Amino acid sequence: MRKPKALIFEISRPGRQGYSLPTCDVPAKPLEQLLPEPLRRSAVPGLPELSETEVIRHFTELSTRNFGVDTGFYPLGSCTMKYNPKVNEETAALPGFAFLHPCQPEETAQGALELLYNMEQGLKELTGMERFTLQPAAGAHGELTGLMVIQAYHRSRGDLKRNKVLIPLSAHGTNPATVSMAGYEVVQIPCDERGLVDLEALKAAVDDTTSALMLTNPSTLGLFEEEIVEMAKAVHEAGGLLYYDGANMNAIMGYTRPGDMGFDVVHINIHKTFSTPHGGGGPGGGPVGVKERLVPFLPVPLVDKRGEGFTFNYDLPESIGKMHAFYGNFGVVVKAYTYLRMLGADGLKQASSDAVLNANYLMSLLKKTYHLPYDRTCKHEFVLSARPEKKKGAGAGDIAKALLDRGFHPPTVYFPLIVEEALMVEPTETESKETLDAFARTMEDIAREIDEDAEKIVHGPYHTVVGRLDEVRAARSPVLRWPSS
Amino acid sequence: MGGQHYLPLTGDDRQAMLKEIGTASVEDLFKDIPPAVRLKGELNMPPALSEMEALKHLTDLAQQNRHFQNATSFMGAGIYDHFIPSVIKHITGRSEFYTSYTPYQPEVSQGVLQAIFEYQTMVCQLTGMDVANASMYDGGTAVAEGAVMGCGATRRSKVLVSRSVSPFYRAVLKNYFHSRGLELEEIPLRDGCTDRHQLAAMLGDDIATVVLQQPNFFGLVENMSGLADLIHEHKAVFLVAADPISLGLLQTPAEYGADIVVGEGQCLGVPASFGGPVLGIMASREKFIRQMPGRIAGETVDSEGNRGFVLTLQTREQHIRREKAASNICSNEALVALAASVYLATMGSQGIREVAEQCLRKTNYAREQIRTLKGFNLTFPGINFKEFAITLPGDPTVLNRKLLEHNILGGVDISPFYPELENTMLFAFTEKRNKAEIDTLVRELEGWK
Repeated sequence: MRKPKALIFEISRPGRQGYSLPTCDVPAKPLEQLLPEPLRRSAVPGLPELSETEVIRHFTELSTRNFGVDTGFYPLGSCTMKYNPKVNEETAALPGFAFLHPCQPEETAQGALELLYNMEQGLKELTGMERFTLQPAAGAHGELTGLMVIQAYHRSRGDLKRNKVLIPLSAHGTNPATVSMAGYEVVQIPCDERGLVDLEALKAAVDDTTSALMLTNPSTLGLFEEEIVEMAKAVHEAGGLLYYDGANMNAIMGYTRPGDMGFDVVHINIHKTFSTPHGGGGPGGGPVGVKERLVPFLPVPLVDKRGEGFTFNYDLPESIGKMHAFYGNFGVVVKAYTYLRMLGADGLKQASSDAVLNANYLMSLLKKTYHLPYDRTCKHEFVLSARPEKKKGAGAGDIAKALLDRGFHPPTVYFPLIVEEALMVEPTETESKETLDAFARTMEDIAREIDEDAEKIVHGPYHTVVGRLDEVRAARSPVLRWPSS
Repeated sequence: MGGQHYLPLTGDDRQAMLKEIGTASVEDLFKDIPPAVRLKGELNMPPALSEMEALKHLTDLAQQNRHFQNATSFMGAGIYDHFIPSVIKHITGRSEFYTSYTPYQPEVSQGVLQAIFEYQTMVCQLTGMDVANASMYDGGTAVAEGAVMGCGATRRSKVLVSRSVSPFYRAVLKNYFHSRGLELEEIPLRDGCTDRHQLAAMLGDDIATVVLQQPNFFGLVENMSGLADLIHEHKAVFLVAADPISLGLLQTPAEYGADIVVGEGQCLGVPASFGGPVLGIMASREKFIRQMPGRIAGETVDSEGNRGFVLTLQTREQHIRREKAASNICSNEALVALAASVYLATMGSQGIREVAEQCLRKTNYAREQIRTLKGFNLTFPGINFKEFAITLPGDPTVLNRKLLEHNILGGVDISPFYPELENTMLFAFTEKRNKAEIDTLVRELEGWK
């Protein structure tokens, strides 16, 4: 199965050409007159020289060395790897969306503004928020936007002492990193034996220096924070605000809304919940919604309806400003909007319902073989611990590699940090019962093989284009470009 | 109900699954949501659309817009109507690429990882830098994060940014700096370029980063010679926001001594999409690698000695370092970086140079025509690469409206960003514009007022 692949630079041959351009038809002037020599470079050294056929073959072969949702089951916890509908790709590629310049006069982009406006209406209803900005280009970008809005709110009230943000230990790494980026200090809140935020610890931690609590609900353990009302009360009474990390929104659409739970700010990962593809790392989208008292601080511009038309509103004197040079990942919003319109209210609710059913079903199959540290009804995902398997010689990472050999993308491993040898499984609603059954059987097989010969599992994967890669070596002596010397 | 075709579970499946779980109904699975916060009733949303209806609705919206295919665009200011070779969408449309997540499992992600490694290499070749990351959200956030890198590297907290840097980028920079208490000062303009004397006077041992743009927001090629020495004398970091297409022809930032190079990569085969998704480019000298935000792909070997690629130097990143990470960035613009890679591989050294030369020649042709028109004045002297500022005898909004009647998406009105520049617009000329289109624009301008 091992299959070497040359770098594009290694197949380059001087003199080959992959492009075709028209002849420059304006009167020719000596280059020297337009751009004197000291300002010029002689050539771009090293860029590949290939015919179009070779370019296509090279990248097509690379694509065959990659696993996507279209390839197979991808239960990567916390990432909501649901099916990416093809119609979304069609709509985002419509020339009226794809070839729009961000500085065009508003009257020439009314369709785009209407789409942004409609999307905002949908998100408001789904989350129970007053207004949304669609500018943040990713979840983490949304987190930063949200904390900046919260910061501006406190500052506007002369409340300058609030320099801390509370975060449960189970939080995504982006949460504490965002807190630092916004100039805040992190206060970690432990979880209790149920896997939920320790309410007493939270109550003890809030005070007049608390700016906000950042919370993912359901949590990264896939558990709904049942004491959310009490948590919100504790934070609000201390003068703090509640931030909702919408990474796990796929579990609760149509069942409950962050706004009704008491959250003041919410971001949604539209590349998760709203089915837009993740592109091997991006682009994503992280719209941020806020309650009424925070609206004045949202980034500019907002999209307003005026009469029959739509307009960008820059007139927000207290706005934090801009988070992106233009309006964020508009093309991704087009895909998310397409999804929103195709599902409608009951489709969205059914999506969450099936996502939760699939997760509970798979959990109930897998807990027969694997250790489930928090054994209670889950939402869209659940977390197993491979600690017993690790003791036999093969841990979560090894199980992941064994899954690669058996045609599945593995769950998220070693996260959340509060579970040793974590395997975080999120099946999503777009998978069939047959797929879940097959995955469960495969996981059982792997457990059996670990019992029989853990050593064999540790040396996998065997059937991938490369074997297990040495990440330590990559970090110790970094080779980050070609040629290596 | 909408979206049924994305949901494979049948009624029988659901019953069998509930039985396995040991619960009577799906509603039981939501009992952990306290009644007080349960949604009463249904969400209020427009009725679900079939695929056919959704396509019709979205097409109707799209058709209300003017765009590069039904008008001739002279808009620039950071986003351009460059030619996009057909190969690109056929590669980025391979669903093994676009439906994958961040490559956490490298053995089944060699496609994306090798593509990122090749992208990083090409960005280094273009900019002359030693290392590059896998992308930032856009040019604006790349400028902001690059300036922050300089603060981290120097342990200083004040940054100088030229007023010739795009106001769109400066807005993001200001926002990123304000919240974390970093200081920002603007270097004034002189003839549309950074005032070098002012820069020298403002530099001190408290400055972390100096942020310049090449070509600058007005399309002018700035004189960068000697600036690196001046900046490095104060042990500050020299950051340049560069137009990647211009690097087919212009001296590299490495040659004039820059330490960090960022830029907007939309010009490399990426649709404008109303400003996003686009591509934040980031590259630097090797010594800044530990401060660099975002994903980086690196070469390694597998257990049998075969070459392979992984995400590396992850101790900089949020999922490992949490609050001590270089940045909070997680999702980036990987697929857009792939598009840029395919573009650069298709164009090669020769093609990128030819595109750059055509931009330069067409811009200069247009500039010479327009500057002679009565009432129109070149706002600044100097060398323009692919756009220039022009001062009009009237309101830019009115002019754009008139041009639109002739299927021309005119220029970008920059007066709102520079109150001292009344009635001033930027016009951009890429390789896509031909002589006839430029002549038409000139004719329409001539007949105005």
